[in-house]
Order: sequence, then structure tokens, then C-alpha cells
Amino acid sequence: MKKYLQISTVLVVFGLLVFVRQFKGGDSLPVVGVSNNPVNPLPTNISTPAPAASAGQPTQTQTVASTTTPIPKPKGQYKDGSYTGSVQDAFYGNIQVQAVISGGRITNVIFLQFPNDNRTSQYVNSQADPMLTQEAIQVQSAKVDIVSGASASSQAFQASLADALSQAK
Amino acid sequence: MKKQAVVMGMPATVNVTDISVMEEDISEVFSYFHFIDKKFSTYKKDSEISQINRGELQETQFSNEMKKILVLSEETKKETEGYFDINFNGVLDPSGLVKGYAIFQGAEILRKKGFLNYFVEIAGDVQVQGKNEKGESWKIGIQNPFNTDEIIKIVRLFNKGIATSGNYIRGNHIYNPREKKLTDEIVGITVIGPNIYEADRFATAAFAMGRKGIEFIEKLKGFEGYMIKKDKMAVLTSGFEDYVN
Repeated sequence: MKKYLQISTVLVVFGLLVFVRQFKGGDSLPVVGVSNNPVNPLPTNISTPAPAASAGQPTQTQTVASTTTPIPKPKGQYKDGSYTGSVQDAFYGNIQVQAVISGGRITNVIFLQFPNDNRTSQYVNSQADPMLTQEAIQVQSAKVDIVSGASASSQAFQASLADALSQAK
Repeated sequence: MKKQAVVMGMPATVNVTDISVMEEDISEVFSYFHFIDKKFSTYKKDSEISQINRGELQETQFSNEMKKILVLSEETKKETEGYFDINFNGVLDPSGLVKGYAIFQGAEILRKKGFLNYFVEIAGDVQVQGKNEKGESWKIGIQNPFNTDEIIKIVRLFNKGIATSGNYIRGNHIYNPREKKLTDEIVGITVIGPNIYEADRFATAAFAMGRKGIEFIEKLKGFEGYMIKKDKMAVLTSGFEDYVN
């Protein structure tokens, strides 16, 4: 249970600190955004939204505020160093992350491997086909036999990060 | 009879509602999945695909399954204007095709045994045949990419395949500094097709196409699609509503 709490705390922190840098085919490994305060183990600056996130996306302020509470420890819970997580199959490619711990806290998460779904995509500014229709998505309450979704790549990410962090204990 | 297991690092379910089903029948499907995983897993060092990527196998040494998958991948690449491509920086990764293929072949095992009512599912991609326990068409919910505990659309399918391709990490409000885009981004696309192999490979390609992916599906005969954008709007192909009860 404690482990799960730690993992989920870490994931929340990750959501706060990280923004994914998209990479196109042929690029070198993508590096994820870092907190601008890599060594300070104190949670003092957390009450302020991470500059990158707030500048790019004002709506994240709320997320930031709500995630400050589950980090009560002034001292970090992980040993300093870089830890590479296991490779997780996200079926359109693999996910593997490396967690960098500094001052006992995660200061960077680097994607060593990431599903490269966008490598061939192009932005096409075409008119929508007149046969296509649009609707706002709406949560349904009825029971179903099966669920179709693509959350496994998220699960793969979490598994790889959890593995990296288990080595940092 | 319903059985679940983890195959290829993903949750899988086989559910046969014909009363004559035996446990061995379902186990056979899972054994097949493990066989496929051993050959095609890019993160198993001893898999055939890993050996090929290390240059340890010549083309003449490839297994029949490998040859088949490589042919199908090439075919799919042509049919999708190159959006589906297993070759990335000289490394082969056919994962985007293998899952749909495996589900399809797993369902074929059941069909050849004479079963009429079942579904075979791996990580949200499904082949459905016949009816469910209540004697109705299978009822499938499309997962909410913004909250994976929820469903946002329900379809009834009879002898079809349904697959969803997406990246819910990016869908999850993670800012992309390179594209500088927060809205209008595609978080997922669900495709219904004549079978899961077809639905899965075209869902993969359509997702890679971005906004024009849904138009690609619209033009494909026998396929329908439901594309979810980052602004929580969905774009539906013209016949999609026929599956919504």
C-alpha cells in the first residue's frame, strides 16, 4: 500500500513537473521537461505553479494547487542518482523511462523510448468531410460487456516509472 | 466461460458463451497468444523479431509467421499511404499489426472448433462473434480517454472487430512544447471493421494521420470510426450511429 501511495505521489509530481517534448523520426532521444529547481528538496516552490506549465497552459494551475498536499516530506524519499525503468510494451512501440533523483526527489524523467505514433503524421488543414458529424463526448452509465480503449500505453509508462523508482529505494 | 490473463504484457480476455465450451478450448487461445508473443515481442531478447533486429537471422531463416506478418505489414503500408510503417530507424517493430492479427487468429481457433458466440480481446481491441450471455449482440463501450474508468459511447456489434488507437498520456493534459498545441489534438480513434485485424491496423494508421484519420476511415468501405479530440469533441463517420442503439 505504501508503495502504491509513493508511486501515485510520484506520478502526480510527474504530471506537475513534466511536459513531453515530442520527437519526430530521426531525432535523438527525447528529453522531458525538468523542474527549474532540480536540487531543492523542500516543497516551498511547489505552491507556485511550475513556470513552464503555467505559461503554456493556465488551466494547469488548479492541478498544481491540488497536488501540493500529498508531498509532506521535507526530505526526499529516494536515493540520488539516475534509474532506468524496465521497457514496457505499449504495443505501438515501447516505453522506457529514466528517473533522475536529486536531493531525494524526482527532478527529471527522460523518455528513453516512447511510442512514436506521430512520426509520419502531418498537419493537414483540410475541410472536414461533410459526411462527418461532431458531438461532445458524454459519460455513459450503462453496463457493457467489453471496453475498447487505448490506456495500455499509459499503463506501460507507469510500470516503467515504477520500476525505475523501485531501484531508487 | 470467461478467462482473463496477461499476454504480451497486456490484459486479455476470452469469453465463450456457447454452453459446450471447455476450459481447454479457451486455454488453446491463450497458448497461441504466448506463442505469438515469443516470436514478436520486441522487448524479449530471445524473440525472433529481436534476433532479426540484431542481424542474427537471414531472411531464409525467418519463420512462416514472421514472413506472413512482414508481408501484411508491407501491404498495410501501401494501403495507408505509408502511415503504417513497422520500420523505424532500421529497426522492425510490427507490434501495431501483431496484436490485431493475434486476436483475429485466436478467434479463428474458436470458430474452427464450431463455436458461434464469443469475444476475444487484448487491451481493448476486440473480435466479437454471435451473442452475449443474454442472447443479445455484444455491447461495447468506448473508453473515455480523459478518465479511463468511464465510457463515453456504447455500440452493439455482431461479428465485427473494434479497435482503439490513441495515446492517453498526451491526452492527459501534458503540454507539448514543440507543437505548442493544447486544443484540437487527437487523443484517440476507435475503428469498427469487418474483423479485428482490419480494424486494428486501420485504427493504428488513422491515429498516425492525425485530424485526417477520420476522413481516411470514412472513405474505407465497411469501416466506421469515432475520433476523440483534445477539446472533448468526437467526430463520427457517417455510418457510426448505426451501431449505437
